[in-house]
This record gives sequence, C-alpha cells and structure tokens, in this order.
Amino acid sequence: MDVAPRILIAGDRALVVEYGRAIDEATNRRVRALTSALAARAVAGVVELVPTYASAMVHYDPTVTTPAALQEAILEADRHLDDVALPPSRLIEVPTVYGGRFGPDLDAVAVETGLSPREVIEIHHGRDYLVYMMGFMAGFPYLGGLSPRIAVPRLPSPRTKVPAGTVGIALEQTGIYPTDSPGGWRLIGWTPLRIFDATHDPPVLFEAGDRIRFVPMTEAEARQHAPA
Amino acid sequence: MRRLEILDGGMFTTVQDLGRVSYQRFGVAVSGAMDPFALRAANRLAGNPDSAAALEITMTGPELRVSADAVLAVTGADMAPQLDGRPIRMWVSVAVSAGAVLSFAGLRSGMRAYVAIDGGIDVPVVLGSRSTSTRAALGGFEGRALRAGDVLPIGELRTHFAEALCHKPSPPLPPRRGVPRQSIPVYTHDHIVRVVLGPQDDAFTDAALQTFQTAVYTMTAQSDRIGCRFQGPALSHRESADIVSDGTTLGSIQVSGDGMPIVLMADRGTTGGYTKIATVISVDLARLAQAVPGDRARFQVVSLDDAHRLLRTEQEVLDAIGSAGPGRTAGVPDQVFDEDSGAPLAASAWTDLADAIDLTSRKERHDDAR
Repeated sequence: MDVAPRILIAGDRALVVEYGRAIDEATNRRVRALTSALAARAVAGVVELVPTYASAMVHYDPTVTTPAALQEAILEADRHLDDVALPPSRLIEVPTVYGGRFGPDLDAVAVETGLSPREVIEIHHGRDYLVYMMGFMAGFPYLGGLSPRIAVPRLPSPRTKVPAGTVGIALEQTGIYPTDSPGGWRLIGWTPLRIFDATHDPPVLFEAGDRIRFVPMTEAEARQHAPA
Repeated sequence: MRRLEILDGGMFTTVQDLGRVSYQRFGVAVSGAMDPFALRAANRLAGNPDSAAALEITMTGPELRVSADAVLAVTGADMAPQLDGRPIRMWVSVAVSAGAVLSFAGLRSGMRAYVAIDGGIDVPVVLGSRSTSTRAALGGFEGRALRAGDVLPIGELRTHFAEALCHKPSPPLPPRRGVPRQSIPVYTHDHIVRVVLGPQDDAFTDAALQTFQTAVYTMTAQSDRIGCRFQGPALSHRESADIVSDGTTLGSIQVSGDGMPIVLMADRGTTGGYTKIATVISVDLARLAQAVPGDRARFQVVSLDDAHRLLRTEQEVLDAIGSAGPGRTAGVPDQVFDEDSGAPLAASAWTDLADAIDLTSRKERHDDAR
C-alpha cells in the first residue's frame, strides 16, 4: 500500500501535499488523483488546487477553514485515491515544423549529440510526452521523458525573445512556449497551434495528464492543420 | 459613462484587483495588488467591494482627470496627492467634482500607492480578474502600464454612500469614511518581516536557519512585482538548492544556489524549482510591498496560529472602515470616523447619513419613473 503523503506548511494560506520528490508517472498520477478528488468533494475553504510533478499545492481561505480541518480532508481523500477516476487523458497532436528558421538550434543540437538533424527530429517526435504539470508562465506545459540521447543543456545566456509556439528542449525536458517570451531552452521547431488563449476558458489547449505527440510537417501543412 | 483620463502615466501605474485566482494550475500568474491591505482599504473608503479594480502607483505618481463626480480614496505610499494642485488627505473618502485633476507631488514614504474610485475601474475581466499582468501582457488596460492618453472606464454601479457624498451643492453629513489614525500603517526603512517556516526549511543547514532569523538583509534594486530580492549572509543548503518544481504562493521565500532570499510577490510564476525556506505571513506582505531598495529587513519566525490571529485582526481593521458590500442596498449606515481624532462620529451623524441616502433613493425613483 502507498504511504500517506507528507503535508507541509506554505504560509498562512497554502499547504503542500507531497507524494515524493522525483519525477515519475506513478507519483504524478497520485498528485492528479488527489487534486481531482478534492475538487470533486468541493472541500470548504479550498480556493485553488495546483498539481505539480510530485506534490499538490492547496490554496485555502483561513477565514473559512483551518489547516487541521484541511489536513483531515486531504488525508481522507488520499485514503480513497484508488477509487478516483481521473479525467481521460487526451492525446493531442502538435503539428511541428522542425529546423530552419523555426528551429534555429537544431543543427547545433545535432553536432553536440553526434547525431544528424534528421535523427534528432526522429528521436524527438518518436515518443508521446505526458503533461506532468503547467507552470512557469501561462500555458507552459512541463513535458517529461525526453530521450537522454538528445538531452542538451540550456543556452548559457537566454534569448530575449522566443516566439510563441516554439518547441524547445533542455536536459530531459521538452516544452512549447505559449507566448512570446525570453527563454533559455534550445529551439528545434515551431507549431502554429495557439496553446494559450486568454479569451478561452480554460485558456489552454492541454492540461496536466494529457499526452502530446509532435507530428513533423512542412510549414504549409502545419498551417493548414492548425489555422491561426 | 464616467471615465478616468490619464494625463501622465507616472513611472509604473497599473490596474490591479485582488488577483487572478483559479487559473494557477494552467500557469497563469495571480498578479493583483502588491499591498492587498491598502487596496482593500481604498476600495472600502470609496464604497466599493474589496474585489474592485483600482490603480497601483509605483514611486512616482500619474496625473489623472476624472470625467464626472466621483468618490476617490488614496492609500498606501505617501506620494503627496493633490487635487487641482491642492494637497488632499490619504486614507479617507474624498468627493471630487467632474473635471478634477489628481496628481502627486512626490514620494514621501512607502513604494506603492492605491487610488480607488467608486464603481471601480471597469476594464474587461480576463480570466476572472481585472488585474494587469505585464509579463503575460494580460488583463488590466491592454495588459500594460498606463500612459498619457489612455482613457479608463469607471464602473456604473454607484453606491448610496458614493451618491450621498457627491450630493450637490455640498455633501450632507457625515462627510466621509476614514481609517482611524492608529490603523494607518507607518512605512519605515527597517522591517521586521514575520514568517512561517517551510515548506522546504529541512533543505537548509542548522546554521542557515539560525542566520535566516538573526541576520539583517538589504532589499536590492532588482526587486519588482515578481519578487523582493535581498542581499545578506548566504543561506547554505544541506545538499542542493534545486527541487523538482512545485507550487509557489504569495510570500514564498525562495533561496537559489547563491543563498540569497527572494520573497515571491504578486507577479511570481505559479511554480518554481528552488527551495523555499519560509513564507511571509499575509499581514506582513504589505510591509514588503512598501519597502524601497536599500531598506533593511529581519525575518522573524512565528507560529501558524499567530499568523491566522493577526489576519483576523487585520480583517477587523478593514471591517471598521466600512462595508465592502455590494451596490445599491442602503442597509445599516457604515461606521464613520472623525479623521482627526480617529473616534467614531456621534450617532446623530447616522441620521443625517440616512436622510442623505433617502434623498438619493427618491431621486432614483424619480429617474426610474421617467
């Protein structure tokens, strides 16, 4: 049987429910099951639930509930975690244009890893990626599980502007920049999909628990696949 | 429609409310007022609910013209506010006439001032909030700081309180709401910042935990709405400064590899990959929001119970200013304080206010009948 999570104090309005300290799918699944269960139970005083890799942050209103009452509700939900039906994981295809002006670091990554650019592309799109969590900036998906064969360090100094939709890699992670922003990841491709749109609710194309498949295309194909 | 015309944007003036909650799981920053106490006080003084949007002004004030009669309140940092060139008081309700120009002579204490106007700043609600996130170019007025030429809509919903205060030729008694003197924060350059330890205090050496609670840290010029950065004795980690990214909250004290504490503030990212030694308690966030670079801070550990008790006391202070209630319900008149003595005004004043409210109601009925 799984051990109960550790509950940590994060100030006077939040608790952290920690299921582990490593990135793995089983731990992440428990985190998402807990936030689903707490959301379904509509626990009084819970303001917001934020699942991350291995823990969930529970933001609460201390004028409505107490940490003790909340802890009890969390542990109660945890005891029934196996009964939680997680929302079905969607597989979302991301049309991706690799290399050239869309992926200015592709050739350098190839050189550093001793592969050809084509091999880097094949390794990158050759597996599906779990969206472990979202954070850092609006709509940014943390995708774990990049092949160690194409794991490269971040740029020594970040670019001041990375265009929205750019696909980057850094260490054993890959991600997509949701909006124009500074960024230090190595840029290997681009998608015309709008992955963050504040005029929609929810404002994101995918959520924690979904899986992403990068599908290589030419620019024309990609734009047709995902009209702007 | 009532409008607020920006004649000069000041250094960094943005529209803020209590923040964008419920979207952190998508990575959307909360934003909102850096000093939620001053924002809520300003809103109550203007007769608004706590959640109304107001202006947050940083270091140097903007210049604004109000297109119609309104009730204003200025709280937070003292930037010597003026109405048509004449000094006005802070932390009280101020009735202003159409065309009046609000300006600021210069920063005297604190860092951020708030201007609330009755009805609230009515920019579009984006993902549940009117707050500006300049980093994401989201919310507020076009997702950015204000500049000359911008025109902000003011909410149409007027309270009886605001209408009574704007009554012509002169407002009937009592003139306004005020924060009692003893409840107005005094902004100094030395701060005791109270914290609750965790969530990753166990990642630090015993010596670091000791240093954290005794050393004096100086706020650096790199501080902004994302975080207040401090310089001082380095805090050593037992093993690593890095953790698997987890959630952050307002006041999280992040310590990265260089050992320097950063207090995460309104525009922080929703998650982060550095250890967090402690969290600033809610009532002391205002102190940090009002600190200027060069200010000194000492972190003092308190219990979670103390933090919650202090929060209840702060709520009582806000409730004493007046109701944060919604719109057009007359209800029980709000507590009104004499602005000089800080004492509640005599009961006879309530009758006058009630009369004033009644007057406005009659006028409304008349208007409705047309």
